[in-house]
Formats: sequence, structure tokens, C-alpha cells
Amino acid sequence: MNWLNTLAILLVAFLAVFAESYFRGLRTLLGAQIDLLPALVVYASLSTTLSTVALVTTLGGFWFDSLSANPLGISVLPLFVVGLVIHYCRDLILREQIYAQFMLGLTASAVVPLLTVLSLIGAGADPLLSWSSLWQWLVMALGGAMFTPVLFHFFDRFNRAFNYRPQSQTSFRPDREIKRDRGPHVDY
Amino acid sequence: MLKRQYYMTFGWVLLVVLVVLNLPDRKAERLKLAVGGLFLPLFGMAGSTQNLIDQAANSLAPRSTLSKEISNLRKENQQLREQLMQVQEAWRENARLRQALNWKQRIPWQLKLARVIGQDPANWWRTLIIDAGSRDPEGIRTNMTVITADGLVGRISEVGIDRSRVAMVGDPNCRFSAQVLEPRDKSIVAKGIVQPSPSTLDRTLVDLVYVPGGSLLKPGQSVLTSGDGGIFRKGILVGQIVDVRTNDFGLNLEARVKLAVNLDRLEEVWVLLQ
Repeated sequence: MNWLNTLAILLVAFLAVFAESYFRGLRTLLGAQIDLLPALVVYASLSTTLSTVALVTTLGGFWFDSLSANPLGISVLPLFVVGLVIHYCRDLILREQIYAQFMLGLTASAVVPLLTVLSLIGAGADPLLSWSSLWQWLVMALGGAMFTPVLFHFFDRFNRAFNYRPQSQTSFRPDREIKRDRGPHVDY
Repeated sequence: MLKRQYYMTFGWVLLVVLVVLNLPDRKAERLKLAVGGLFLPLFGMAGSTQNLIDQAANSLAPRSTLSKEISNLRKENQQLREQLMQVQEAWRENARLRQALNWKQRIPWQLKLARVIGQDPANWWRTLIIDAGSRDPEGIRTNMTVITADGLVGRISEVGIDRSRVAMVGDPNCRFSAQVLEPRDKSIVAKGIVQPSPSTLDRTLVDLVYVPGGSLLKPGQSVLTSGDGGIFRKGILVGQIVDVRTNDFGLNLEARVKLAVNLDRLEEVWVLLQ
């Protein structure tokens, strides 16, 4: 069922990019649009294989750039670098903890736009940077952070619905078994 | 072994990105349009759903509200018809005088209505996507002017088959020459360049820069396109001056301009065909 999880992550990434472009309420309200891809990359890095992380970041980045004025492909590397680092350190991260999910979402959502803007400047583009960019950065980081635990919850529910239930462990341990027999044989 | 897998994956992703980023401009543009084309069914579906919701909301509106709205629209229609008659008379007079003076005749504006289907998901660009492209009979092309009834929206920056991207006023790719008009006698006060404002948190403000030092700029004056540069026609309203400050020891003036169009709430725009 691993492919189903990968497919679900890709579908969510596709819909997230569409929603970011179509729904303008948040931008009108807060003056900034929240990017959901970094949060998705956090989930993919902690829960799936490296090839899935590469697929999600590559396709997600291309989809994002195709609806944006960014040069096509510029968002891929920032997403992938974040995903790679988290995947490398995954054994040290308590992925079940909401606090850990929040902090990882916050860091990823803050680092990805920063790296993207730096890549854009490096590529000779002239992105719109002003004092309002700081506010937008804050909104993006906090929005991504709040969305990350929601995403974990959603995919955990999804996996529970579509995967076999894990076999529950019994408390039986052979090494602690009390051997019972009839006791020493005594002839009377 | 594990580290090798990381290096290999990183290498593959880097290779793909470098290949795509180094594609020739035309091929990159086509690839971008093809990838973006995947979203078209979703945009279409979302638009249809929005229309259905609007229709349902209209059918639920009480009869009294609708009749009041009809009455207001009739009044507005009457006023607009009267204004149109005056404008047509002025237009004919203008054409006669131009003919008498052997001046080039003005070509009336040809407009194409387009629906806004999306905005740039990135916060560092101010662009929007409209549902008109090169396949339309009118033939949308780059650098065509985009306006609303309130004023200037921007220019077409990318053209696809079924959709186009508009770089809005305030985007780094939409800088242009503008002139300041005195509201009382409609005389031109000064000229300058409109560009994004780096010093404000307000997204409805842009800067008018490189205005000559002695110019009499005042808050409330209208800013219009000057027609210089060949992209925008002369006389399209951009906004109004909010405040003025001196720059470079008085050599230049800078003004903040409040845009006439609310760019965050656009539903439909007009593309000015050449």
C-alpha cells in the first residue's frame, strides 16, 4: 500500500498548489498566501521513502512554478533540500509529537521561501521584496506550522482506512514464561 | 550504502532542475504552459461551481431586493446613456477637428472581457491568470494593456493557448512612465516612473519616482499613464498621490500613489486590444 500513500501525497500537493492560486481570501485578509508544500514535504520526509520525497518535491515544485511567475523548476531544490535534511535526521525526530510536527513545519515553511527567493536572485530575477515581505514570511511560516500537524493527522487517518491494521502485540514473552509441570517425581 | 542513496537522489534532482532551468526560453515557456495546463480542468470546475453558487444565491434573494436593484440599475443605465450621448458628440467633434487640422485619427478602444481564474501562489510576484489566450479570435499578445472600469491593472506578460498571465501594477516586471494631473485644470504637473514600493506594508500603494525636483506634487493629484514607452496608452488612471518626499538633496521627488483598482478583489478585467 506504499504506492497509495505516495499517490495520496501527490494528489494533496496538486490540490494544495491549485488552492493557493484559486482561493484569494487569505491573501486579502492577511496580505500573504500560505504555502502548503513545505508542510507536505515534512510529512513525506518523516513517513515515506527518499524516492517519494524526491517525487513530491520535484512535481510539487514544478506545479507551483507553472502557476507562478517563477522560472520553471526554481522551487524544486529548496523543497528537496529541506526534505533531504529531515529524511536524514528522521531517526532523531519524534514524529508522533505535535510539538515536533509544529516546529518542523515552522522551520520548513520559513526556510523554503527564503531559499527560493535567494535562488531567484541568484538566477537574475527581481522578486518583489519590501517590508511587507517580512510579514508575509511570518504568515507563511506560522501557517505552514499550523497546517503540518493537521496533515499528519489526515494521512494517519487515511493510512488507517486503507491499510491493514498492524497486528497488536501480545504481552506474551517466551523468556518470561513460567514453566509448570508436576514437580519432582517422588516414589513412595 | 545509505549515504550513497542520498547522493544519488540529490544528483538526479539537481540534474533535472538544471536541465529545466537551462532550457531555451521558448521551450521553457512551452513546458511551463503544458505543466500549468494540468490545472485547467480544476479552474474550469471551480469557476462553474462558483457560477452555480452565485445563481443559487440570486434565486434565494427576496423579490423586494431584486426589484430595488432593478430600479437602481435602470437609473444608472439612463445616466450612462446620457453620458454616452455627450461622449459620442465630443468624439465626433474631436474627429472633425482632427480632420480639419490633418491630425492622425484616434482609434477607438477595442476591449476583450476576461475572467480572473487565479493569482500567483508566490508572495514575491503580483501576477494573475486570466482565461483569455492566443486561441481567442481577438488574439491576446504580450504587453497588451489590462484595465477595469476603475483604472489600470497591468500588462500581459505571458500568453498561453487558453490563458494568459498579467503582471499587475506593483509587480517588479510592470514599471512604466506616468504623468501627474492637476485635478482642477487637468494640466500635466510632472512625469515619473511607477514602480513597487519597498517601504510600505500596504499592498495598495506604489511609488512614483524620478519626478523632477521643482514639480508641484500634492496629495490628491491623479496619476495617469503617460503613453511613453509604447506599452500603455496615454491617459489610463493609475491612482492618486498620497504623500510626497524629496530625494537626492531635492534633485528628485518621490510620491506614494494609492492604486485606483483594488487588485486583490478582481473578478473580471478588460484586455485592451491593439
